[in-house]
Amino acid sequence: MSKSIMKSIVLCSIVFLVLMSAFAGIGCVDQETEEGADAPEPQSIIIKGSDTVLPLSQAVSEDFMYANPEKSVTVIGGGSGVGIAALIDGEIEIAMASRKMKDSEFENAEANGITPVEHIIAWDGVAVVVNPENPVKEITFEDLKGIYDGSISNWADVGGEDLPITVITRDSSSGTYGYFQKNVLLGEEYRQDALVQPATGAIVQEISQNAGAIGYIGYAYLDDSTTALSLDADGEGYVEATPENITAGSYPLARPLHYYTNGEPSGLAKEFLEYINSETGQEIVSEVGYFPAM
Amino acid sequence: MINRNLKEKGIESLLFFSAVIAVVALFLLCIFLFSDGIILFKHISVTSFITDTKWFPTAEPVHFGLLPLLLGSIIVTTGAVIFSVPLGIAAAIYISELADPKIANIVKPVTEILAGIPSVVYGFFGLVVLVPFLQKSLGLPTGQTALTGSIMLGIMALPTIISISEDAINSVPRSLKEGSLALGSTKWQTIYKVTVPAALSGISAAVMLGIGRAIGETMTVMMVTGNSAVIPGFPSGLFAPVRTMTATIALEMGEVPQGSDHFHALFAIGSVLFITTFIINIIANYIKRRYRFSL
Repeated sequence: MSKSIMKSIVLCSIVFLVLMSAFAGIGCVDQETEEGADAPEPQSIIIKGSDTVLPLSQAVSEDFMYANPEKSVTVIGGGSGVGIAALIDGEIEIAMASRKMKDSEFENAEANGITPVEHIIAWDGVAVVVNPENPVKEITFEDLKGIYDGSISNWADVGGEDLPITVITRDSSSGTYGYFQKNVLLGEEYRQDALVQPATGAIVQEISQNAGAIGYIGYAYLDDSTTALSLDADGEGYVEATPENITAGSYPLARPLHYYTNGEPSGLAKEFLEYINSETGQEIVSEVGYFPAM
Repeated sequence: MINRNLKEKGIESLLFFSAVIAVVALFLLCIFLFSDGIILFKHISVTSFITDTKWFPTAEPVHFGLLPLLLGSIIVTTGAVIFSVPLGIAAAIYISELADPKIANIVKPVTEILAGIPSVVYGFFGLVVLVPFLQKSLGLPTGQTALTGSIMLGIMALPTIISISEDAINSVPRSLKEGSLALGSTKWQTIYKVTVPAALSGISAAVMLGIGRAIGETMTVMMVTGNSAVIPGFPSGLFAPVRTMTATIALEMGEVPQGSDHFHALFAIGSVLFITTFIINIIANYIKRRYRFSL
């Protein structure tokens, strides 16, 4: 009896070993691409980071690979922080970010022998949106901060109807969340009872059906179901969220979208950056819903 | 002969291996979850994790308070239980005791189809239909509330509760019911004084499993409850947005830097969630075994 148990244990471990060896190769994929990247003329690069920049990078890389079939550009999302961390670890050639790198990230990069170089590839406008029925059409940064930090909770306080304000934010994975916190809340924390939505589409959905709601979305997501407020950052008058104002830099919530490379780019990374900054590349930028960097 | 014996043994050990995989997977998952979660407590004390009333994972100073998330999960699940248990048990009684077999043959498979609908579809339905409806009919500032989550989770837990309760009611020996009827009880008296009490252990197990299903659900809850990490009042908190433990992990895992305190805090929440559902499953199994009806 014990012999048969021994036998089945031995058999099991053999099966297990076979399976292990079958899976053993899986982890090596990354290393292979890394080795490829170390070669003098890399024919494949990886771009990773912000979900805001993701659709843009994807569109441009598809076009780029169509024009250069022997070269491969892999685009991966995950968020600005994820991409920057990967650049610091030397896993990728280009990190995409919808915010600037933090000082702590620069320090980490230095410690790893990486010197991040910033490239602005496009501009994005963040629109503050309300329900179309809401009579409030413009707002100062001071009131906006009050609404988001919890000191203002009724539309009557900012010139609207007597209606409680439903404040909506993105989740903390979003680069827009960090951007808005830094520029509107001046680094302070969002109010605790704000609704947190997992995607921009959900913000649009809630605002379109809730007369008292306010939220922020990327300009590309603006349509008839929501109304963008005109913003006044410093008491110098309200600026409407229009493509002209965003590219002119007068709209206060216009932000650059970044690529970060390790040192000045070379090889395929350089080629790709040149492509995205070319006329064709910047045309794709406009098609995706962002604004050209120049 | 030897060849045949070897083949038998081979098949046997292959099957044994398949069975072992589940156990190994559970074991590895536990190690992974707990070892990453426990690192949080190098920097944050256990008491502050459990008693802090704020969840501000990216603020300065950081707050990793489990309390609002745990209470959020509890209030949504409680609401789901209040909604789905009476409905589920009533449906089970109807299907197994009262319904015409023709009708039962239609109703039962239909409730089981309910279990096969992906949770994101429930969430989408909740967001587009139930959220605006609740907001307008109850006059709330937003329709994304704990109640909305409870109703959706209640619907999702129904198939579990109905099908296990129904099995329990069906397994009550016929002699018991016939005895009751022979003593002059009406059909209804037999059901609520004999059949249901006799099936109570199975029904309780069904309820526990339904709770387990509700507390672990993520996508639907994240889409309809608003995700504000505030401590909910009871019962007023039912009509305000809440954030559950599952939604927190799903919302924040995207950009959390690997190896940071925030990263480990999410694993710590995962551990709490795992322990909770583990205990619920053990209780369900215990009730089922302890009070099994035997004649």
